[in-house]
Amino acid sequence: MHRDPVDVLIIGAGASGAAVAWSLAETKMHILCLEQGGWMNPAEYPSTGRDWEAKFYGDWSTSPNVRGCPEDYPVNDDNSPIKVVNFNAVGGSTVMYTAHWPRLHPSDFKVRTLDGVADDWPIDYDALIPFFDENDRMMGVSGLSGDPLSPLTHPPMPPQPLGLSGPLIGKAMNELGWHWWPSDTTVATMDYEGRARCINLGHCTPACAQGAKASTDITYWPHAIRAGVELKTHCRVREILTNEHGMASGVVYYDKDGVEQFQPAEVVIIACNGVGTPRLLLNSVSGRFPNGLANSSGLVGKNLMFHPYAQIYGFVKEPTDSNRAPPTCLWSKQFYDTDLSRGFVRGYGIQFGRGAGPVFEAVASEQKGILPWGADHHRVFRRLNGHRLAVSAICEDLPEEHNRVTLDPVLKDGHGIPAPKIDYTISENSRKMMEHALARGREILEAAGATDICTNNPIPWGGWHLLGTARMGTDPARSVVNEWGRSHDVKNLFIVDGSVFVTSGGVNPTSTIQAVALYVADQMKQRLANLFD
Amino acid sequence: MTVETLTTTQRDDLRIIAAMIIPESAEYKAPGADDRAIQADMLATLGRDTEPVRAALDHLARLAGKPLAELDTAQRDQVAKEFRATGGVPAATLVRVVLQCYYRDDRVLRSLGHELRAPFPKGHPLENGDWSLLDPVKARGGSLRRA
Repeated sequence: MHRDPVDVLIIGAGASGAAVAWSLAETKMHILCLEQGGWMNPAEYPSTGRDWEAKFYGDWSTSPNVRGCPEDYPVNDDNSPIKVVNFNAVGGSTVMYTAHWPRLHPSDFKVRTLDGVADDWPIDYDALIPFFDENDRMMGVSGLSGDPLSPLTHPPMPPQPLGLSGPLIGKAMNELGWHWWPSDTTVATMDYEGRARCINLGHCTPACAQGAKASTDITYWPHAIRAGVELKTHCRVREILTNEHGMASGVVYYDKDGVEQFQPAEVVIIACNGVGTPRLLLNSVSGRFPNGLANSSGLVGKNLMFHPYAQIYGFVKEPTDSNRAPPTCLWSKQFYDTDLSRGFVRGYGIQFGRGAGPVFEAVASEQKGILPWGADHHRVFRRLNGHRLAVSAICEDLPEEHNRVTLDPVLKDGHGIPAPKIDYTISENSRKMMEHALARGREILEAAGATDICTNNPIPWGGWHLLGTARMGTDPARSVVNEWGRSHDVKNLFIVDGSVFVTSGGVNPTSTIQAVALYVADQMKQRLANLFD
Repeated sequence: MTVETLTTTQRDDLRIIAAMIIPESAEYKAPGADDRAIQADMLATLGRDTEPVRAALDHLARLAGKPLAELDTAQRDQVAKEFRATGGVPAATLVRVVLQCYYRDDRVLRSLGHELRAPFPKGHPLENGDWSLLDPVKARGGSLRRA
């Protein structure tokens, strides 16, 4: 069934799709967003029930392979030590993230110039500043301005309380003379734009029943829809079609009833992040584009960057915040910049963890062998439960073409669309960085008086950050989109998600993903008269 | 999900292995994981874990060669060690099912000093903390790497 063409078709209603939809809405163009998931109902979020922790291992797992919901697509990540995690709904993975909100640093955009590795971005930090700031207002950020080792931010809300865990970490870091600072987060610490302030449900990652944690279903989307953007849920795009001029003509998708539809569009914007975007492009094969759409460089799907997480944790005598606070509250940039004496190039940010709930603690500690079976179980559990402190290093992953997303020859989603396959190895540079981070983390924990120290190196289910698989650049032979997000090959096709990242930095990327999306939208608005030149 | 999910023998083995993981404690006034209500919770909520738990119990049965109840304590301990060492994902799933049902039981949570409620809507109080701890960081200062 053919439909009337829309001016702009956005694929994906997550972090970047929501931001670009809201920004373009002021043009009054007919904008349609197709989202494979549905609207979330906070009344059904895990923290509303007594079995809130158990849900994390099932319907509310971070892994689409574990959840296996109709909205999810499977991912073959057998050939990767880091497994893909994501969420498919209006709001995307912002429904299910920790809300940690650092920005990439200015130096992250000049990696080749500064350190002789990877590539520089075609844009710099300064170009993104207005969009970072706009995004912080829209998402609602809490934090403390003035961090000497982070880009200057102006959070509209005060930082999260330090609680019980924060001072333990702060004292340890002060003893070592190392940098730490309250994190910017998208957790509202006061009532903000219709969102109620955080009441410390503690179970932030699998969605916030209070609505204190920003996810785009409760931030950008209500504004975008009021401004006229149309959002259709449970619509999974199979492929982007092109016309005889090599321009995108629209998309083929399956509607909520599973019926194949064609939606014509003047402009197509992809916002499916670093796995979904290359999957869609590689599935969009035609005579003109036999290797997938926008892939004349051969780089679609390549240069996948995950951020290997090196995590170390231990248990202190003092009570920690456990599950009674947002999981992250502090960061450190002490080891963020290159210091070649450490034996590796680039660096990592640290996010500190406040603790865990009883079920998570029991399961994790039993698996690590520090919580015994038998009569001593009760005594040991009482020593561990509510006493955990964690140090997680977000290690900068450099782009390597052999780390990639391709199409699995066998695995398909519920609509028969080929699923993504991940091939990924942790580089020697990253390995050295992770070992360094674990050694420093051990020093931090020991300074805090922690014992029973355990590591996850990497966090296996830690593929939250999906970056680099449709990189941005000025050279069509070395990049997929240009410096303002337009495909080099298809002049009415744009990409606005994490796949355009040239390098990954050593921080959670969502703030930067959304700033880039707003930047691309702004570039489009400035060029509306000659967008396809 | 009903109790027919597992055979009678499997349910018996599950009860015994659960008690080996977490026995009753008079000292902490806590039931064992073989408690009738906790076992019923496990069986009622197995859901997507049914297959791996069944596989784990099959593995356990192979290691034991007979129902666990018929083994003496030393034999059970040996089987349990081997089960955990060689059972892979199914064994880990079984243990996780035991732990997640145990640590949401009212009596257990009460013995740990936890309130018997969902996190929402009451939430939890959180101390503001001593912000003077940041003074040394502020005093040290620093600067971003030049781009």
